[in-house]
Amino acid sequence: MLARSGAETAAISAAALLGALVLFGAFVALRGLSPLEVYAALFLGAFGTWFSIEQTLTQAAPLMLTGLCTALPARAGLLVIGGEGALVVGGVATVLVGATLAGWPPPLAVALMCMTGALAGGLWIGAAGALRHWRGVNETICTLLLNYIAIAVMNHLVTGPIRDFAQVLKPASWSIGERLMIGELPGTSVHWGLAFGVVACLLTWGLMRHTTFGFAVDILGGNVRAAQMAGLPIGAMVLATCFVGGAAAGLAGTIEIVAVHGFASSSLVVGYGYAGILVAFLARQNPLAVVFVAILLGGISASGGLLQRRFGLPDAATLVLRGLLFVAVLAGNTLYGRFKIFRPPAA
Amino acid sequence: MTEAPPAVEVLGMTKRFGDLLALDGVSLALAPGSFHAVLGENGAGKSTLVKCIMGYHRPDAGRVLVGGREWAIGNPRQAHRLGFGMVYQHFTLVPSMTVAENLVLGAEDLPAVIRWDEERAKIDAFQRRMPFAIDPARPVATLAAGEKQKLEILKQLFLGRRILILDEPTSVLTPDEADQILKAMRELTEEHRLTVVLITHKFREALGFAREVTVLRAGRRVGGGLVKDLTRDDLARMMIGSASIPDPAARQATASRAIGLEVESLNVLNDKGTVAVRDASLRVHAGEIVGVAGVSGNGQRELVEVLARQREPASGAIRVGGAVYARTRAEMRRHRVFVLTDEPLRNACVRTMSVAENLAFRNFDDRRNTIGGWLVSRRALRAQARALIERYRIRTPGPQARLETLSGGNVQRTVLARELSEDVAVLIAQNPCAGLDFAATAEIRARIMGARNAGAAVLLISEDLDELLELADRIVVMFEGRLVHETSRETADAHTIGHYMASQP
Repeated sequence: MLARSGAETAAISAAALLGALVLFGAFVALRGLSPLEVYAALFLGAFGTWFSIEQTLTQAAPLMLTGLCTALPARAGLLVIGGEGALVVGGVATVLVGATLAGWPPPLAVALMCMTGALAGGLWIGAAGALRHWRGVNETICTLLLNYIAIAVMNHLVTGPIRDFAQVLKPASWSIGERLMIGELPGTSVHWGLAFGVVACLLTWGLMRHTTFGFAVDILGGNVRAAQMAGLPIGAMVLATCFVGGAAAGLAGTIEIVAVHGFASSSLVVGYGYAGILVAFLARQNPLAVVFVAILLGGISASGGLLQRRFGLPDAATLVLRGLLFVAVLAGNTLYGRFKIFRPPAA
Repeated sequence: MTEAPPAVEVLGMTKRFGDLLALDGVSLALAPGSFHAVLGENGAGKSTLVKCIMGYHRPDAGRVLVGGREWAIGNPRQAHRLGFGMVYQHFTLVPSMTVAENLVLGAEDLPAVIRWDEERAKIDAFQRRMPFAIDPARPVATLAAGEKQKLEILKQLFLGRRILILDEPTSVLTPDEADQILKAMRELTEEHRLTVVLITHKFREALGFAREVTVLRAGRRVGGGLVKDLTRDDLARMMIGSASIPDPAARQATASRAIGLEVESLNVLNDKGTVAVRDASLRVHAGEIVGVAGVSGNGQRELVEVLARQREPASGAIRVGGAVYARTRAEMRRHRVFVLTDEPLRNACVRTMSVAENLAFRNFDDRRNTIGGWLVSRRALRAQARALIERYRIRTPGPQARLETLSGGNVQRTVLARELSEDVAVLIAQNPCAGLDFAATAEIRARIMGARNAGAAVLLISEDLDELLELADRIVVMFEGRLVHETSRETADAHTIGHYMASQP
């Protein structure tokens, strides 16, 4: 029984992936390139060498966390697309706190900054959950608009109140200082964010799969009316999933600060939040699958440069592939239950 | 409309769904102007038969002869062209449009520009020849259920369909409305203006209005003939076969007069924000079944939703065991409040979760089903499920099967097992037997009566008056959100209750 539905998921996901690859192949063929060569380069750029694998994992780290931002509320039946905003808010909060911690022992300061970023992102998306539950505000529109607000607030801060005028290339905030930055995983050039992402996915997977809370959220996501009838605390569950999801994206913002940039600037707004939506959907809201899908998508992004150099494909080509994947997955979702071979024998 | 319907013959209709033989060589002869009832329990193959005739299903074997000629009916459009029309249990009208618009919009060759004066003249002329008429200018949303069902029938006739298949057409009507419609159908067939096939599971309708009857059981024709040669007992025997029906549970005297459930001055709004339940007050004592009668759509759904925490009341109080009941999970558990509803997939289950999980909605967080109070023990849930599956005879491939793979009756059993397997103090039941076969219906009623005998306070909201008359100790009638009439079991009279249901005291 379970094997059958598992096989169905695998078959449909594979078919969606294949469909997207065929469409993207047609796209590159239209530009006069050989699809097979492009895919070979894509694989090489993503997983072909140790260097490219490191690039891929570096790209994947924030995607795991922003993927959770959509995946967790989705378990409760909410479509949250506010990962981008939560990441920015988490990053800005990290800088605000981090800039005051100059003399602190680094481990303590980093822990404090992580909590700050997570708390900020959690409150950001949690607010959308609260508006949804108590005011009936559509959470999708709400979180989308919150993204714009978050980015606008950051732009305001980094061009004024917290601007560091020593930074001349573009407006940027105060820096948290080299001393509080966390480095790379031992023996690699992949920063510690990857570990944060994997651990966060494992923890939330355990939460959703094995706890009474996860069970209750599955009821809520499956059928609100059944959850109401069972007397489950729906408001609290909506808030909790939104908070934890937002906290994950906020933590991604912290990672971007403490592991990559050291300060807040428009470099935080590079689409990790939106790519996270795709990650969550491809993973079918399963936190464990988020890890692997994030690596897959990280690989696609990481190989963008190679495609550009070797084939003259525009930078947006990987975005086209990502978009096609998303469409193929959504189309694939309509196929569940359509194929006889996956149906259990009649009782 | 003057033209008589053609003779129809259905020969050896057979349809398989996977391993299930849904229809096994069923034949049906419909002379022009016949009124033929197809009687059978849920799952007997009635709907499959007519769907094969109408071209919704492609039969594996079997032929349809219309006017002596064989036709391959591949889709409903072709069936319509041959004169077949179908009226469903549920309405297919557009509520925001008028009667006239609804009559016209079904036409297959609707012109790009509709000349409403001509259409209205046509409708008027048409309605004069019909046994019932409805004001064409009224919006459908303002029609009562009986009028809507009449309009469904008028629509089929207006579109020129002469062979009318009525699929359980009376399930949303009061007894009077049902009788009136079936009587009109009978008259039209007697004038040879129409052939009617009535799909039903009610003996009363088959015996009272049809001239011929075919009884189906498990996809086979198991009997039939002219109605005048058959008795109710004959039909019951054919329909049920050798299956044994549990005896109706005996009503035992219960002594306690403690109030189990009390509702006081309850007002509830529906989704549109208009008052659905108006100032309702009622008390259900322990060891008592209080039945709420009423035509569907008079506020029963909203009342149940409030009690089941699926809707917030506008004002009023709910008390259980004398204490204010805020409908939290802790209170549900402390006061042992349970709910059985119709449409369990919509109201009470998650179709993508397993049978074992669905059975655990009430107690997955009980100590015995967890490790340390917060980790769900899948093993404990499976063990609980195996026991309940056996005790309630749920037909499922196993505890791990997704609920959506079960048949409707077995989904209902799953909910029943969840809601009745523990000690029940207050039970709220809404149409608990809707859509179930005899044996399942009798069993559920027996279990509800059993809960009552064991001291539960039962509020039974039902659109089936016979069910209320069988089970309830007291019956109240709900009309337009008010409780308009109350009667005890001893003085209850179907006719009087029916009048209050239609608000004609």
